[in-house]
Amino acid sequence: SRQRRKRRAAGCRGVLPRPQRRAVTPLPARDLGVFADAREPRLCRGTNGTVRTLEHAGNHTAANGRHNFTKKPFPVLSLDYHHIQTPFEISLWVLLASLMKLGFHLIPRLSNIVPESCLLIVVGLLVGGLIKLAGEKVPPVLDSRLFFLCLLPPIILDAGYFLPIRPFMENIGTILMFAVVGTLWNAFFIGGILYAVCQSQPDLNKLSLLPCLLFGSIVSAVDPVAVLAVFEEIHINELLHILVFGESLLNDAVTVVLYHLFDEYSAAGPVTVLDAFLGVISFLVVALGGVLVGAIYGFLSAFTSRFTSHTRVIEPLFVFVYSYMAYLSAEMFHLSGIMALISCGAVMRPYVEANISHKSHTTIKYFLKMWSSVSETLIFIFLGVATVDGPHSWNWIFVTVTVILCLVARVIGVIGLTYIINNFRIVKLTTKDQFIIAYGGLRGAIAFSLGFLLDDGRFPMREMFLTAIITVIFFTVFVQGMTIKPLVELLAVKKKQEAKRTINEEIHTQFLDHLLTGIEDICGHYGHHHWKDKLNRFNKKYVKKCLIVGERSKEPQLIAFYHKMEMKQAIELVESGGGVKMPSAVPSTVSMQNIQPKKPPPAKSAERSLPQLPKGREEEIRKILRSNLQKTRQRLRSYNRHTLVVDPYEDGFGDLLIKKQKMIELEKKMNNYLTVPAAPPDSPTMCRARLASDPQAYSVKQSSDSVPTIQVDLASPQSPDSVNVMDEFRRAKQQQEEEEEYQGLMMKPPQGPSGPNKPGEADTTRDPQKLTRCLSDPGPSADEDEDEPFLS
Amino acid sequence: MGALQSLHGRPEYLDLAEKTGFSFEQIRVLHERFKQLSHNEETLRRSHFNEIPDLACNPIRAQIIEAFFDRRNYHQNGEGTVEEIGFEEFLVVMSHFRPPSLHMTEEQRENVRREKLRFVFNMHDTDNDGTITLEEYRHVVEELLSRSGALEKETAKSIADAAMLEVASISMGHMEPDEFYEGITFEHFLKLLDGFEIESRMNIRFLNMDTSTLCK
Repeated sequence: SRQRRKRRAAGCRGVLPRPQRRAVTPLPARDLGVFADAREPRLCRGTNGTVRTLEHAGNHTAANGRHNFTKKPFPVLSLDYHHIQTPFEISLWVLLASLMKLGFHLIPRLSNIVPESCLLIVVGLLVGGLIKLAGEKVPPVLDSRLFFLCLLPPIILDAGYFLPIRPFMENIGTILMFAVVGTLWNAFFIGGILYAVCQSQPDLNKLSLLPCLLFGSIVSAVDPVAVLAVFEEIHINELLHILVFGESLLNDAVTVVLYHLFDEYSAAGPVTVLDAFLGVISFLVVALGGVLVGAIYGFLSAFTSRFTSHTRVIEPLFVFVYSYMAYLSAEMFHLSGIMALISCGAVMRPYVEANISHKSHTTIKYFLKMWSSVSETLIFIFLGVATVDGPHSWNWIFVTVTVILCLVARVIGVIGLTYIINNFRIVKLTTKDQFIIAYGGLRGAIAFSLGFLLDDGRFPMREMFLTAIITVIFFTVFVQGMTIKPLVELLAVKKKQEAKRTINEEIHTQFLDHLLTGIEDICGHYGHHHWKDKLNRFNKKYVKKCLIVGERSKEPQLIAFYHKMEMKQAIELVESGGGVKMPSAVPSTVSMQNIQPKKPPPAKSAERSLPQLPKGREEEIRKILRSNLQKTRQRLRSYNRHTLVVDPYEDGFGDLLIKKQKMIELEKKMNNYLTVPAAPPDSPTMCRARLASDPQAYSVKQSSDSVPTIQVDLASPQSPDSVNVMDEFRRAKQQQEEEEEYQGLMMKPPQGPSGPNKPGEADTTRDPQKLTRCLSDPGPSADEDEDEPFLS
Repeated sequence: MGALQSLHGRPEYLDLAEKTGFSFEQIRVLHERFKQLSHNEETLRRSHFNEIPDLACNPIRAQIIEAFFDRRNYHQNGEGTVEEIGFEEFLVVMSHFRPPSLHMTEEQRENVRREKLRFVFNMHDTDNDGTITLEEYRHVVEELLSRSGALEKETAKSIADAAMLEVASISMGHMEPDEFYEGITFEHFLKLLDGFEIESRMNIRFLNMDTSTLCK
């Protein structure tokens, strides 16, 4: 136990403060000594823990009648490390990883130059070095089981769930070519040339062909973790990103098959044609089987989510558990677990998102990002630790040839494949694109874990392999990872477009889809669009009805998009505090009035029922409203790392919507000359607002004194003031509604953001909304006198 | 694509190839299709288009068919519509969907873009006045949503209004409260769909069509 204690202390040297070490004093021998004999199996917990509380009981009932027991004072405080050792060490690693991550982002200059993955590997090296210096045995952290079963799935699930389906499907042919043919080419090229080189070297002579090919197949696969880690920071355009990333995901099937093929036959003798043929069949089974398993679990999950409307809290759990089970099931049959995860996430997402509450959606998003982030960090740190630890056998020739071959094979492969692929693509890949694709072929921890899995007996050169793999990984991650960002800048590769999707683009995307499908039908050509259209119609007709609850299944995509945008804009409006001017280049003053065709003036009778406010009174009211509301401002929340959009359903917004609805309905009773209606009360988004998991969203507080319930009674002889106030609210509300719904929908056009504010007037027209919100929180403005006149 | 290539005895293909940029093989295939659609007559009419079964479930069917008969799409400054079209007009309309070639100058790419966007603009601007008014845009959105089963006319109107507002804000910037935004002109339309990359999206693969796969 002394050893373990020291290791723990050494391990946390970088993390915990010094004094803690002294708490780890050598325990009195009684821990082990006196009770060693009395220890009976049934009292031991785990492998070597001594049970504190049951000791005394045990001793009194010692069956063998040991009477050499001496009474000792009751242990008030004692230490038992073994009891909690494993979870404690795991938590410590996770904590270390997270603290490192925190640390990097506090030093902005560093994170700009060096990608995070490199820094984490360095940290791992340091930690490993420290452990080794302390004389401890470095824990075999990058154990293959741990890696494949615990660390990898969250990252892949995160990638699969948020996979942009459209660009992925549009480029699927290219991606598959790179993944399958490219990886095969890499494996055989590297393996073959290495074999040839080894034969010419005296010391490496005994390396036969199959182990070389196995090595080639391990080291040739582009790694999704590394690609994600590096590409995320360079913000490259969507096409390149999806090409490299998609390739890294889909080449798993190839790697699995090749690995098992060569692993099996490396001892059993030469590979015959039959074996090669079986290998091809096996590849198809592995790939398609993985996708199928994932899809089945995806549909199950979507179906389950249909019934969760009453138990919203466990909705995220279904997503995670079904996905993990898909992965495990696929791994059970030696199918491609990664492809299963991807297909599960991609299949279930549209249906699950239509069914679950927004809070669950947020939870899923946050949890996935969190887990994948931690996993990624841990993987890189462990890589560093394993490097220090792993038995190394350095062989200059082998290692350098490997590194060079990896690069050369990748370049040749990409160029050759692009040449073929460009004949079939509409948007051809330029030389710049090819360079980035080739340069972005990073190797990572998967290769290392696969190498680690090799059996020592059958592969005596295992250590050499591992060393070479680690060198390749380091080279790609450090050299390529660090230089890719400046190269992207230098080559002026197109970056990711930051502009938001506008509604016009959405309309035209749909329009174009239908147009192209129609033209294909006219040409009589069953092309890409035709099948996509057929799939969509099938989906809409049968699948959606089955998997999506209620009327959401009928909501067309354009409308869903529109409602989502509405919500987003409304939130941003509310959160930005109203009075704060959005920093905009070109504030637009266009409003609904400008685009509506001129209407004939309203009938005289209608006008008369709306007494006009005298100008002075209006100004006064506006001033008071404005000053009140500027006291309560919401800070715009900011998100880091992954771009997470402001969530419309964070606490309180449900209430806000309900109140807004009430005001709308109230106003509808009166003369409504708004040309555009508010979102209908049972529009799907409104329903979701009400059905949000927070049960309080439903409770409408009728007589709460925090809501400015405006009593309107035109017939009663109210004082002109109150009617006028109502009128001001109503008119303001109408205008604000128009603006909120339509101006608000004016999302930042590609040129620059534009706040939909008319200077001055717009502030106050949104005030009733603001007033509602600010008075509903028991904030400082609650007890100020100036609020009173507006509550009638 | 020189005159040295075998023309299958069709000298008029040369002319068409030059005008539209299709290859001879593609023109031949499209001619087969044309004959199939028109039942071997010389001209196509709207009724022929209506016979295509797959087209029936397309929400914007009417606009697509109209586009073929719209003189504005014939690369001349034509106006108005015709009742029947010959193979040349058919091919010219189809040529709007040809993918841009790999090596193009910036200017050529811009021209291709304008051409494609002009086609879409013409489809929206049904009354040929050069602007897309609010009514016309509303009609577009309604048609798009018409086949989805949910006839939410009000929502369609809201969406169209929102889109219109967006265009106005992008193009006009400042407007006085009593100014009126007439409609989307072609220049505004270009500006609106600036990031849309229509030259890569609005394409049909004419590469590998052959007569055996022509559907009914």
